[in-house]
Amino acid sequence: MRTFIVLLQKEFTQIRRNSFLPKLIVAFPVIVMLIAPLLMTMDVRNVNVAIVDLDRSTTSHRIVSHIKASEYLSFVGATAEFDLALRDLEKGKVDVIVQIPNYFERDMAVATAEKISITANAVNAIKALIGTQYLVQTIARTVVELRGEKSPNQLSELVTVQNRFNPTLNYRHYMIPALMIMIFILMCGFLPALSIVGEKETGTMEQINVTPVSRLTFILSKLLPYWITGIFVLTMAMIVAHLVYGLIPVGSVGLIYFGAVLFILIISGFSLTVANFSDTMQQTMFVMFFFIMIFMLMSGLLTPIDSMPAWAQKITFILPPRYFVDILRSVYLKGTSFAEQWYNFAALGVFTVIFNILAAVTYRKQA
Amino acid sequence: MSKTVISVRNLTKRFGNFTAVNNISFDVYRGEIFGFLGANGAGKTTAMRMLCGLSYPTSGSGTVAGFDITREGEMIKRHIGYMSQRFSLYNDLTVGENIKLFAAIYGLSKQNTGKRTDELLDRLNFSSERNTLVGSLPLGWKQKLAFAIATVHRPEVVFLDEPTSGVDPITRRQFWEMIYEAAEGGTTIFVTTHYMDEAEYCSRVSIMVDGEVRALDTPARLQQQFAAESMNEVFRTLARDAERGE
Repeated sequence: MRTFIVLLQKEFTQIRRNSFLPKLIVAFPVIVMLIAPLLMTMDVRNVNVAIVDLDRSTTSHRIVSHIKASEYLSFVGATAEFDLALRDLEKGKVDVIVQIPNYFERDMAVATAEKISITANAVNAIKALIGTQYLVQTIARTVVELRGEKSPNQLSELVTVQNRFNPTLNYRHYMIPALMIMIFILMCGFLPALSIVGEKETGTMEQINVTPVSRLTFILSKLLPYWITGIFVLTMAMIVAHLVYGLIPVGSVGLIYFGAVLFILIISGFSLTVANFSDTMQQTMFVMFFFIMIFMLMSGLLTPIDSMPAWAQKITFILPPRYFVDILRSVYLKGTSFAEQWYNFAALGVFTVIFNILAAVTYRKQA
Repeated sequence: MSKTVISVRNLTKRFGNFTAVNNISFDVYRGEIFGFLGANGAGKTTAMRMLCGLSYPTSGSGTVAGFDITREGEMIKRHIGYMSQRFSLYNDLTVGENIKLFAAIYGLSKQNTGKRTDELLDRLNFSSERNTLVGSLPLGWKQKLAFAIATVHRPEVVFLDEPTSGVDPITRRQFWEMIYEAAEGGTTIFVTTHYMDEAEYCSRVSIMVDGEVRALDTPARLQQQFAAESMNEVFRTLARDAERGE
């Protein structure tokens, strides 16, 4: 026990004396949480709309004024000719063109009537897609409004959309849990591996291996500081998310920490396994980077797993972050309980055992 | 020359096709300073690592401090000290913290650690450097500290792998005084070196060439055997035939 305490003291002293590490541990999560959610946004704003109004009726005026009023769409100008608007689209001044045909108002009720056409610059596919959606919604609302005024007893809304759990469809709320996981992977995955391989490079690892210190004692002394760091970092990230983005977990905070502890154990066990197979920092960095890229791209952190090809979806089942991403998002945003998420926790439990056994088996004092 | 501390029989280590240590056998007795000589690449470090429980022999057997090198590596580690070729204390810890760390690892109690730390610092004339970071010490001082730490738990055997390479002559002299002191206290010293004057300080010397022990005796008798004036000449005679190395 005394050995363990002294070894732990040594780790903390080394972290404290390092000119870089303590700053990284504090600054990294704060900076990532402050800046990244602002950057990683899929909300589309400022869609530039040009209108070619050939109808010039009350209806078309109503449509134009609704477009002008929208906070997502910005009205660039109205022209009488489609070709002029198209030229602006080519120059990039305009993202979407709306053309209201002649006699639109008069023929509105006729099935064969000429329809409103929307032309979008789809080079930026997301902007084009979301921009046209906004337009369709705005126009549909106008039409429904007008119909309602003519015959007030008619059902005014044809379709209603309600976004549960993230009512404003704020992409940030979706990304914040993902960012927390990325911070975990970096802090509890990279740092312990680098610390161990660093000792291999300086030769102190061999000095330790020639002493009677037990493998478990040494490894625990290496990992415990990073486990504590992980919990500290999660707490900081949650505080920043609350203060800056007003995001408070809907579900139990205890459940979040429970998942986080399991995930930290997994990722540090993984990191240890990588360290056991590496002799140099470079090697460790490359191997860790390889896996971290896969973790980030394939575990649903950035893009939904459901939209991946079937073979890729199968691979995601062997990626531990996949389960934690699911837990963190649903507990944070939906307030899911343990009973609904037990299979994700069970999967994390299994990975905890696998990776830590792997780490223990691959660490040898005598080769 | 009574009690055998290290005993090795037909020890061999192969890495793939390469036989680093080929069928070596020898005994080392309590209180001896055993010089383990050989050119670069002769297999000294590999042999030493097997004796310290860092590496498994491919074949052959041996005991260190009464424990089997294949099966009881961890028991051996309680009874030996080891100082590797590379300086391997923690540069970002102070002199005092390094001593405390290794004392705790070797199971010294808190009170004993304090006593032993004072004793070691006193012997090294390091008392004023207790709170100095090891990284900022000159090399010679570091090596002396490393030796002191390797003996912090008063081990039966201390393995020293080229402890004085790169160290100035005065510090080298002081270093050997420390070795003698430890040997007089009953600690067996197993040391590799490239300095032939140091070889003459040893009780007995073995010379390895291409993974095999080619000669083993007291320095005086080796010189007689090879009709040489000095250990330097003995070494050259033997190492001339080496096929590997530089």
